[in-house]
Amino acid sequence: MIPASFSYHKANSVQEALGMLQQHGGDAKLLAGGHSLIPAMKLRLNQPSTLIDIRHIAELQTISVAGDHVVIGAGVTHHQIATNAHIHAHAPILAEAAEWIGDVQVRNMGTLGGSLAHADPAADWPAVMIASHASIEMQSASGSRTVGADDFFLGFFETALQEDEIITAIKIPVAGAHTGSAYKKFMQPASRYAIVGCAVVLTHENGKCTAASIGMTGVSEFAYREKAIEDALVGKELTPENIKHAASLAAKDVTLMSDHFASVPYRKHLASVYAERALVAAAGL
Amino acid sequence: MSTTIHVTVNGKQHTSEVEPRLLLSHYLRDVLRLTGTHIGCDTSSCGACTIHLDGKAVKSCTLLAVQADGAHITTIEGMAQGGALHPLQVGFQEEHGLQCGFCTPGMIMVAADLLDRNAQPSETEIREALEGNFCRCTGYQNIVKSIQHAADIINKKEVVS
Amino acid sequence: MTKLIGQSVKRVEDKRFITGQGQYTDDIVLPGMTYAYILRSPYAHATIKSIDTAAARAMEGVVAVFTGEDIAKAGINGVPTGWQVNFKSGETMKEPPHPLLVADRVKHVGDSLAVVIAESREIAKDAADLIEIDYDVLEAVWNPADAIAADAPQVHEGAPNNICFDWELGNPKAEVDAALAGAHHVTSLDLVNQRMIPNPIEPRSAIGHFESSHDRYTLYTTSQNPHLTRLLMCAFVLGLPEHKVRVVAPDVGGGFGSKIFHYTEEALVIWASGKLGRPVKWTADRSECFTTDAHGRDHVTKAEMGFDKEGNILGLRVKTYANLGAYLSTFAPCVPTWLHGTLLQGVYTTPKINVDVTGVFTHTNAVDAYRGAGRPEATYLLERLLDTAALEMGMDPAELRLQNMIQPFDGVSQPGYMTQVALQYDSGNYQATLHRGLEMVGYEQFRQEQAEARKAGRYLGIGFSTYIEACGIAPSAVVGALGARAGLYEVGQVRVQPTGKVSVFTGAHSHGQGHETTFAQIVADTLGIGMGDVEIIHGDSESVAFGMGTYGSRSLAVGGSAIMKSLDKILEKGAKIAAHKLEAAVEDLDFAEGKWTVKGTDKSIGFGDVALTAYVPHNYPQGVEPGLDFSSFYDPANFTYPFGTHIAIVEVDPQTGKVDLKRFIAVDDVGNVINPMIVEGQIHGGLAQGIGQAMFEGALYDDGGNLINGSYMDYTMPRADDLPSFEVDRLVTPCPHNPLGVKGAGEAGAIGSTPAVVNAVMDALSPLGIFNPSMPMTPESIWRTING
Ligand SMILES: Cc1cc2nc3c(=O)[nH]c(=O)nc-3n(C[C@H](O)[C@H](O)[C@H](O)COP(=O)(O)OP(=O)(O)OC[C@H]3O[C@@H](n4cnc5c(N)ncnc54)[C@H](O)[C@@H]3O)c2cc1C
Ligand code: FES
Ligand code: FES
Repeated sequence: MIPASFSYHKANSVQEALGMLQQHGGDAKLLAGGHSLIPAMKLRLNQPSTLIDIRHIAELQTISVAGDHVVIGAGVTHHQIATNAHIHAHAPILAEAAEWIGDVQVRNMGTLGGSLAHADPAADWPAVMIASHASIEMQSASGSRTVGADDFFLGFFETALQEDEIITAIKIPVAGAHTGSAYKKFMQPASRYAIVGCAVVLTHENGKCTAASIGMTGVSEFAYREKAIEDALVGKELTPENIKHAASLAAKDVTLMSDHFASVPYRKHLASVYAERALVAAAGL
Repeated sequence: MSTTIHVTVNGKQHTSEVEPRLLLSHYLRDVLRLTGTHIGCDTSSCGACTIHLDGKAVKSCTLLAVQADGAHITTIEGMAQGGALHPLQVGFQEEHGLQCGFCTPGMIMVAADLLDRNAQPSETEIREALEGNFCRCTGYQNIVKSIQHAADIINKKEVVS
Repeated sequence: MTKLIGQSVKRVEDKRFITGQGQYTDDIVLPGMTYAYILRSPYAHATIKSIDTAAARAMEGVVAVFTGEDIAKAGINGVPTGWQVNFKSGETMKEPPHPLLVADRVKHVGDSLAVVIAESREIAKDAADLIEIDYDVLEAVWNPADAIAADAPQVHEGAPNNICFDWELGNPKAEVDAALAGAHHVTSLDLVNQRMIPNPIEPRSAIGHFESSHDRYTLYTTSQNPHLTRLLMCAFVLGLPEHKVRVVAPDVGGGFGSKIFHYTEEALVIWASGKLGRPVKWTADRSECFTTDAHGRDHVTKAEMGFDKEGNILGLRVKTYANLGAYLSTFAPCVPTWLHGTLLQGVYTTPKINVDVTGVFTHTNAVDAYRGAGRPEATYLLERLLDTAALEMGMDPAELRLQNMIQPFDGVSQPGYMTQVALQYDSGNYQATLHRGLEMVGYEQFRQEQAEARKAGRYLGIGFSTYIEACGIAPSAVVGALGARAGLYEVGQVRVQPTGKVSVFTGAHSHGQGHETTFAQIVADTLGIGMGDVEIIHGDSESVAFGMGTYGSRSLAVGGSAIMKSLDKILEKGAKIAAHKLEAAVEDLDFAEGKWTVKGTDKSIGFGDVALTAYVPHNYPQGVEPGLDFSSFYDPANFTYPFGTHIAIVEVDPQTGKVDLKRFIAVDDVGNVINPMIVEGQIHGGLAQGIGQAMFEGALYDDGGNLINGSYMDYTMPRADDLPSFEVDRLVTPCPHNPLGVKGAGEAGAIGSTPAVVNAVMDALSPLGIFNPSMPMTPESIWRTING
């Protein structure tokens, strides 16, 4: 398995990387952890003419808490997220979900920014980003902008990211008091990507749900918010019955994917089962 | 269209001219002739190619050699120190953790990463840490035992010293 | 000196593997080596309208491009099969050609079309991308039951209805029909023993090296049987003089049957190297392995077993369609017939058995032996029948088995057991393994737990499998009569060096089995020397006289016995030399602990002294030749018959259909054991593969004959966290007919385990109905089973 030829450039700063993107144009690709891009290049499914390596850019590697947000550099690896103290304290669902990604070797290389840019319909982060109300910061030669997770995932391997943009950071609101969260994943047994991945962040007071945010991945062509479940729960007591009822509304209005591991009806069923399991865990039942 | 890279592999410095598309696994095997790093798949699944890049287990088939420029790499050939086998190498022999030996270098490298993070892993933790590595021969049971054996050696040594 | 035989001696081969010094085929680099890339068909069935290699040839760094036309012009035959199974009518089976490169019509995805040979792997691949082929895509068929339909696409011209052979064994069908017709209860199952992809972690690789200076060829290859490969390649494919061809199988990263086949690529690199005068290396990508390695199993079967009111088995009727793939592999015709039909007695006293097998061509990879080869298929259907029958008749599955089992016999004071299907079992104590298994699992307690779990809405289940297998392949006289084109004996040469150190040459091949250790234990013990003084050499046709290789759990039973024969000869000759030196009669000598002693005295001579004398024969017995070096061929008198009991405990999540394998108990009786550690390792590995078949693995094709799950992203390999720690134990019923009393342990795990897991799921779900779960038992398939 040998990729087709390309030229390679290492960028030392975001500015430099943006310059290279401009210079090399449409056929150039950013290379972060390479754990989606290189496998595709080995199979020659992807044949970029130029790679711009952004893995060594220091400014993309930090995790910090700024005000009421945790700010994660796009180049932070899954493993760093799984083991970072700020994340455990302020955005625990990210630490929980990171452990579900690939294997330890993949987590040591793969990055949050790379995963979001790639937007695999079965990737884990997109659901977690939606559930945690993340915003994605992107920079291009002409400036920077921020897009909420809900508006970032647009289709099958399709996002709001433009070709001349780099994701620089992901901002996650700090989890407040009375917040519970959980990520539950039903794995495709061979690849271990998600057949269904459900991320839940719940706020509750005295047993009553005051806010619910639910992201779902693997089920449809891109990750999405489970609005129907959220609406069915907010204002309700977090009882097993209420949760079960709400979860039964999963994957109601989306086009479901199907493959030899999970047909449409089975996937739909699993979406409900995993929504229920994630809700139960987030509610601490 | 080649690029110059400087890498330190098993403590030895190398400077090489490589094509950007050369995979790190091929670089180690073909250029440096370190053939203990094996290639078992083309989907980054099997883990036979696992090495340490700056102290962390990675799949060398999913890295370009150019990405390793400036890095410190350890391969299976660099695990024994001063003629003494690494505790994991001892563990694999003592507990029959290998049969055909093809997965073994990758298993040892990923296990070393685990023991760095967790000196006394449980059976479940060991099995989970091996999720990126296939073995078709052993059924994994003796690999788990081998890693436990190595952990015991390492922990005892630490108590003594 | 402590005996080595029976001890868990640590493996001597490990050192090179744990330090990264193993040498596998792809690790070898020869001066001037070129790299081959093989262009393969993306279609299961298509005619080649044109093939244009001009651009590829023109690329800088390309040494040569060959196509099917070049092969045909060179007059090269295809690769042959090693067995012949004829039609019931007596007509010869259909044996269509299997060309090294296809010129006219491809017959499976992965069929080879052209080879590009270049200065580097990268150039070879880049150039292959420039070859243009115009195909006419045709309809394909992958399912053996569909392939025999009158309107099915035909794989080969000379094989009407895609039938290679039909075959029958056992009692006349009418007698079995009558037995079933008169039965109180008949359990009937439609079973698919799905196609398995062996997946040794080392991909196949081959290097051809022609040296014009000596007109000599060397093939380095990932093979389980280098000598057999040489024989087939020289005699049938390339017509090369065998003495000018050396075949080396260096360290091999697992085989499981898929590296028995003499593959087209082996002959191709040898031929190309001869043409180019340079070494040619080819190494498969994993994707290529998926579409070109021999696959295993793939039976579609209807199995029916009749019982009387008390639960005694009255008869068994089996009809199987066995998928052979597009071309015949080395063992293809043998696996579904002689390695399958002959095992349908199981461990039971079934008085009437009839098995009927149709071998079928389809547009898929060749099917060959996969760990167990035929015997897992036989065990699967028998053991699924037994547990299903027990449920249907409201009996306990363990009791039903005990009641129908053949009584214990040792094969020495009691005769072997003659089956209805052509075999004579050597020795057995089947009940003992089941009793031990029940004890280990805590059967009564489990049934209580299960009852309580059911009340709580949980689905716990237990499944049994009491298997038997035929190993130690194979007595030449027997298999010759059955259609083998070679005898399956083994060669063992023992060369005592002048200093008393010993080199042993075996025709068996180790690719994980630990022969370098086990065989050394035998030799060291027998000669009374240290293991460090023994070296085991295998895998090189230059140093080893001949050999049939390693498969069918044959190495120790057959290869080990050949070494024992040579050791006997060494000791016999050594005694003559010792007697001469000690001035005593041979009859007055004892041999123990590495020395010959005159009985009743302290006069003795050591093995090393005798060895030296043999090579410096100044003071030497008359009429005895110098030297101490013997070679023996051992042709076994019979197969060996390991057996055992496997028990699985599962819990099924009824919401998702996910099966959790909670416990797995295996009690195996593989006869005497030389190295328990190695045997246990073999059992573990086999269990993982057998459980893999039950729960995870299996090739899937679409209507066009494309392999849907031809990558590790789609084909589920069992991982460490998919499996529990196995609970294993062993009982010992020695084999009565080989000198070591061993039976073989390489396949037992894969043979016994599969039905136990499926039976456990059936048992778990039994409150919802009696289901026949299909393999692999993926969550969705179980969910559908439950939800109709
Ligand atoms: C064996 C294996 C198993 C895996 N299992 C899982 C799993 O279970 N769940 C899961 O979610 N993922 C899984 N992955 C994918 C893994 O998480 C990838 O690392 C991730 O999807 C991509 O991150 P990367 O840093 O490797 O990106 P790269 O591969 O480097 O890049 C991916 C794409 O994103 C672009 N890109 C990268 N960084 C940026 C940036 N900062 N700004 C803009 N564009 C950028 C690149 O140009 C490229 O198009 C698996 C991967 C492998 C190899
Ligand atoms: S070769 Fe790298 S994961 Fe298989
Ligand atoms: S020892 Fe053979 S693959 Fe692990």
